[in-house]
Amino acid sequence: MKCEEANHVCDKSQYKEASFVERIKLAIHLIYCSACRKYSFRNNKLSNAIKKSDLKTISKEDKSDLKERLHQEMSK
Amino acid sequence: MPKHQLDPNVWVDRYSDYLFNFTIVRVNDSEIAKDLISETFLAGLKSKDNFKGEATERTWLISILKRKIIDHYRKINSNKGKAEVRISYNDEESEGDWLEERVSDPFDKTAEDTMENEELGIAIYSCLDSLNKKQATIFKMKTIDGFDTEAICNEFNITASNLWVIIHRARKAMADCLEKNWL
Repeated sequence: MKCEEANHVCDKSQYKEASFVERIKLAIHLIYCSACRKYSFRNNKLSNAIKKSDLKTISKEDKSDLKERLHQEMSK
Repeated sequence: MPKHQLDPNVWVDRYSDYLFNFTIVRVNDSEIAKDLISETFLAGLKSKDNFKGEATERTWLISILKRKIIDHYRKINSNKGKAEVRISYNDEESEGDWLEERVSDPFDKTAEDTMENEELGIAIYSCLDSLNKKQATIFKMKTIDGFDTEAICNEFNITASNLWVIIHRARKAMADCLEKNWL
């Protein structure tokens, strides 16, 4: 496995989209590649931070509502 | 020439999520939060000419939002004494001990957690600001809203490998940025 692919699998696994085989291959790659180990570590940290912050977003529909109200007011 | 300028056209896309998170931890009701944000934008529009350009757009909007939230509290607490309604006692003797109770209760970590998480949220949002708009939108959809890869690809008319390149760049930038500002 090349580093590029390892990083890609690492990204996918942050979203639980890496297959079992891919994850095994990544784990093996990480044993000998310190650069990817570092990337993996920071990538996991980022996922945890976002999970911990429990951020919420406004749905698309509500955003268009907000926009509409704002635009109505602007065109007055 | 002022350093910062207002552009109401981008407010919703750029700041509504941030303002929403700021509000939701304070009012605990997403409908009220949305109303307050809408009011904030409208008030911002009205007092646009008062903006001196010394603060960033976001800071300025937050300062309006804070006033809206305070107004909201005033409204719901308009009867005297209601502000403390959440602290209740079983007997009269323990009255007045509430401050110490709060401090010593090891299970009451929520206030602290909320604060810490809020700071983290702020750090995440300022880092999202440093991404370009498309990267930020896709990253948010995928990471915070948890949309499927396929759904996002259809929405933006990109291939899955395009998407992963965008996600990879966004994650790298976010990790760098958060390392500097938070972790």
